[in-house]
Formats: sequence, C-alpha cells, structure tokens
Amino acid sequence: MMLSGWGRYPRQDCRVSRPRDEAAVRAQVAKGGLIARGNGRAYGDSALSRANTVDMRGFDRMLGFDETTGQLVAESGVLLADVIRVFLPRGWFPFVTPGTKFVTLGGMIAADVHGKNHHCEGGFGGFVDWIDVMGPDGAVRRTLPGDDLFAWTVGGMGLTGVILRAAFRLRRVETGWIRQRTIPTANLADTLTAFQTHHDARYSVAWIDCLSRGADLGRSLLTLGDHADLDDLSAEQRKAPFAPPARRTLGMPLDAPGFLLNRHTVAAFNRAYYKRGLAAAGDALTGWDSYFYPLDAILGWNRIYGRRGFVQFQCALPLETSAAGLTDLLQTISATGLGSFLAVLKRLGPQGAGLSFPMEGHTLALDFPATPAALALLADLDRITLAHGGRFYLAKDSRLTPDMLRRTDPRVAAFRAMRDAAALPASFSSSQSERLYL
Amino acid sequence: MTLLPVLILGARSDIGLAVAHRFAAAGHPIQLAARAPETLEADRADLALRHGVAVTLHTFDVLDTASHPGFVADLGTLPQIAVCAVGLMGDQAGSEADPAAAALVLRSNFEGPAAILGLLANRFEARGSGTIVGISSVAGNRGRATNYVYGSAKAGFTAWLSGLRNRLAKKGVNVLTVLPGFVATRMTAGLDLPAKLTAQPTEVAEAVFRAVTAGRSVIYVRPIWALIMTIIRNIPEPLFKRMKL
Repeated sequence: MMLSGWGRYPRQDCRVSRPRDEAAVRAQVAKGGLIARGNGRAYGDSALSRANTVDMRGFDRMLGFDETTGQLVAESGVLLADVIRVFLPRGWFPFVTPGTKFVTLGGMIAADVHGKNHHCEGGFGGFVDWIDVMGPDGAVRRTLPGDDLFAWTVGGMGLTGVILRAAFRLRRVETGWIRQRTIPTANLADTLTAFQTHHDARYSVAWIDCLSRGADLGRSLLTLGDHADLDDLSAEQRKAPFAPPARRTLGMPLDAPGFLLNRHTVAAFNRAYYKRGLAAAGDALTGWDSYFYPLDAILGWNRIYGRRGFVQFQCALPLETSAAGLTDLLQTISATGLGSFLAVLKRLGPQGAGLSFPMEGHTLALDFPATPAALALLADLDRITLAHGGRFYLAKDSRLTPDMLRRTDPRVAAFRAMRDAAALPASFSSSQSERLYL
Repeated sequence: MTLLPVLILGARSDIGLAVAHRFAAAGHPIQLAARAPETLEADRADLALRHGVAVTLHTFDVLDTASHPGFVADLGTLPQIAVCAVGLMGDQAGSEADPAAAALVLRSNFEGPAAILGLLANRFEARGSGTIVGISSVAGNRGRATNYVYGSAKAGFTAWLSGLRNRLAKKGVNVLTVLPGFVATRMTAGLDLPAKLTAQPTEVAEAVFRAVTAGRSVIYVRPIWALIMTIIRNIPEPLFKRMKL
C-alpha cells in the first residue's frame, strides 16, 4: 500500500503487515528487509520499507505499573496519548514528551525523542529501564542501560531489531496545569541570552519569526513552563486538578491548495503570531494539552502543505557556534522568503548514547513545502550546519545525503560497523537506512 | 454505586476483548473466560491498568458442557451482563467433506453457547435481573452455499436467543442479539472485505454497550446490513438457488 511519514513526502508502495503476537513478528523478521512502524509520526522515510513494513500498533497493551517508582511496562505500540489519558488522572506524567502525543512508545525510543526539558533532564531514553528487542534470529533479548544493544537501540531508528516492550518511568505531578511565562525577545542574541538566563526553567522553547530581517533577525517568543502545584490553582480548578478544560479539536478536511502557502501568507502569519504573543506576554496558567501539544488540536495539520507534502529541517548546533550558525541559517532562510509557519528554537543539554540526536547547544526546526526551491534551500542549510559543527535529526529527515550525514556525525560510521558485525542490515532496513547507508 | 461484573465468554476474540474494554471504561469489573486463560494475562493487565477495574481470568471450554455448572459456580460473583463472543468460522469445504468438522462448527457456534447462556439465564431469572448478549451473525439470516454450516449454527443460535428473550422478557432479564456483519478481526484476517461494510471491533463494542444500556433486542452494527439482509432474505428461492453468494 502507498505509505508515507508525517510529512507525506516521500510516498512509497510498501508491503505492510500488522502482527498481533511475537510469532507473527518472528515470521516477518525471517523474511528480512524489515522496519517496524509505530504511529507514522516520523516525518520522512524512517518507518518505510518497500519490502517489509511492520505496523506495531497491534502491540498496544499496558502490562504493569509500579506506584512507588512510577515505572510503566508496556508494549511498543502503546500511544503516549493513552499513557497520559490513563495516568495523568492518577497524578503521573511522562518525564519527556515530544511535540505530539500521537506517538508510540517504540517510536519514542527508536528516535530518542526530546522535549522542552532536554536542557535540564535529557531525552526519553534516559527514563527507559529496559527494552525487549527481537533480533535477526527471532530471539527476544531484554537489554538494560549500559548494554551496547541498549545504547544503539535508543535513537537507533529501529535498525537494531524490533522493539516489542519496554519499561519507562513517569513523574509525579500534582495537577494537569502548567505555569507558563511568555517572554518576547527582540533578536537572536536576545533570544540566546534569554535561554541562558532561564536555564533553570524546567520547560523552555522559542517560536522564532523566521522571516524577520536586519536588526529583528531571530526575534522570538520564548515560552517557559513547569508543572503547576495545587497551590497555583484556584479553588474552582482544585476540585478537578487533573482536568483542565478540554480543547476542541479541528479536523483538516482536505489538502490545502498550494497557492495558499506563499511568502505573503506565511509572512503575515508570522507577524500576526508574534503580535499575538506580545499581547499575551507574561505569566499564565494553561492546560497540559495546549501547552505540550498545540498542533494536536488540528488533526491532520500536515495537510496544510497540500498534496505535495512537506519536509522538516532540524539541526543541532554546538553551544559555541550556535550564535554564528543560527544567524547564518536565519539570514539564508529570510533571504529566500521561503518562510516556515513553525520555526522552533530550543536549548539542548548534553549528548546521549548511541545515535541520539541532541548535543549540548541549540536545535532549530523548520518545515517547508516539498518544492524544488525548498529542497535547494535545505541543501544550503545542510552546508551551513556542517560548517558550524552541527548535526541532523533522523526522525525529521527525508532528503539528506549519506556523505553529508557522515561528515556531520562520525557516530554513523560506528553504527554501521556495529550493524555489519551483527549481520543486521539484511534483516532490518528502512528506506532511510538504505538512502543513508545506516 | 458498585457495578457488577461483565462476563466475556470467548475472551480471546477481538470482539470479546473490545466489549470488555468498553464496559471496563464504564467502571464494570471484568471476568474473562477462555481456554488457557493464563495466555490472556497481558490483556488482563491492560484492562485493569487502563480502566482501574478488577479483572479476573476463568478457564472455560464452550464444548465441554459438563464443566459449565462448575464454571458458573467458580465465577465468584454472578455477572450483571454475560457476553458470548465464542465463534468458529470453520471451513465450508472441510465441513462438507468431514461430518466431524461440521459438527465442531455446529457445536462451537450453537450447542456450546446455548448451553452456557442457558445456565446463566436461569441464574439471572432467579435473581430477577441481568442481560444476556449473544454475538450471532448475519450469516444465520439465510443459508448460502459458501458458508451454510457456520450460517445454520448461527441461525440456530439467533432463534435460540429470540426464544430466550421471549421467555425472560417478563422476568427482568434482557436478551440482546448482535448481528455484526463483517468485522476486521483475526477471524477475518486475510479475507478481502469491503471497507464500507466492515466494522472495527471497537465499533461493535460501542454498539453493544449502547444496546445493552438501552435494553434493545436485536441490533445490526452497521445499519446497511439490515438493508442487505432484507434484500437477501427476499430473493425468491427459484432465483436464489441459482445465485453464487
């Protein structure tokens, strides 16, 4: 069947199976060329295999929860949205969450997803206690932090085997509310200083106006947050502390026509968004859903880019080159006028193990319609990232070249050597791993 | 108010599990009954964790009717609602060639379910409350060459449920007959089913939950099936017998 990632680019004709038990997964592993797929939220071709894509959403059972440690054991196809729905009313929330709750446990491990707290608490993998992985021989191994297999599986894009089950920890929270502070910044230097000033904030992220130029280049809305305590709530809110008002979800009923998305509409959106942010600056109490998952309220928002789909660009830059690198990237983007609705800047903490994406520094994420002009711009952004010692996020990628990837990330060669030594490439491969020789 | 349990007979089936989740979400404790119930441990844990209800596992063999009284006695609490999701599609050609294979289909879909639901119905009648839910099939509405052994067993089961409903209507016990039509389950995996006519197990579960709550008698999960089966039932026999269905 025709399949794509969240960016709807590329689309490929893939053989898809949906096993319900280990024996059925084992039968697929024996055929080779397998990639496990969760809820399809990686943007590009990470979870596509023409020969053998295995939809793991049939493995969606929660198996055990320890009230003393907050450890949840679950099958890999369990959705984060279900984890929150079940456990937030009991006072628990994930330690690390990406920007959508419609991801599976297996997908979060395979991409070692990060959230708005990476600068102080690290990535998702840091809260995983063990993983059951089915290897090329069909045997299931339980791997623990410290093992080589564990290190390569966290962030390993499903290329070490099929993640079947895992144990990970949730944090205690008193409410489902977030104390939020919005700080407008005037330019890039101001933005980076604000990140540094507020390094002790648990959550921080900046929306960046990627079409601003000159003295305004890099102007942003920095949003800080932390879980609200019961004391932060009004008497009315305290009656149901885990139930902030439900949000209306809107569907995206059809693909937006391409002409709706041009430099004028995007620039207008960016200006309006910044102005709205200026007006709303200051402290506020907001629900967990709108704070962590603003885009989940628009189901199928990826269709806003129309039928051709879109591509994400996400790089990380080291701390020392962040200012120069981001200036270079933003000037290049602004000059082309190919603006992005969603340009997000985030401070990252220390690097994790294996192929994990984050590095101490900053990460910039942007999306563009999958047009020839945008793809040419992204190739320029690749070169700028390389020149400043940065690297790329595989979960967002659909168009890097193997040469560019290796030059930015020496760990890739070690990953491939490990795969070769364990005879993994014949059994586990995705369109991305073939394109990038992972 | 403490809700009484919902018993799922044939708990390994996708429809049975989906129904269990729906009633657990409404706060009912769940009793899962199947052969080798220890293999349902992951489903037990999932139901209990997601919905915060008590879930128990019970050994149950629909064909071993002699064991049924003991099974009911061992349930502990008599359920408020008993759902029979037991079913065996069988293989029509195999049933035609081998009477033993046909007997297995007949017993699994009719004799066994009628035996256990009959016992439970008597207990419900004595208590003066309860709901019996039988997952039957549109295949029972008219025998067709391609699956009449299965279809006739379901026809028997549907007629049996109808009679039971008639008998217990004045005794505070409701009997619900569910005719799901095509459902995307393990039983139908590999069959090429038309999407518009095929329900998901969660859809069946939602329909069952609503029908039980509303005290309904017979439901089709997707309304289109009522129309389809009306047409099929009304095709004149001289024409019908020449058709390939």
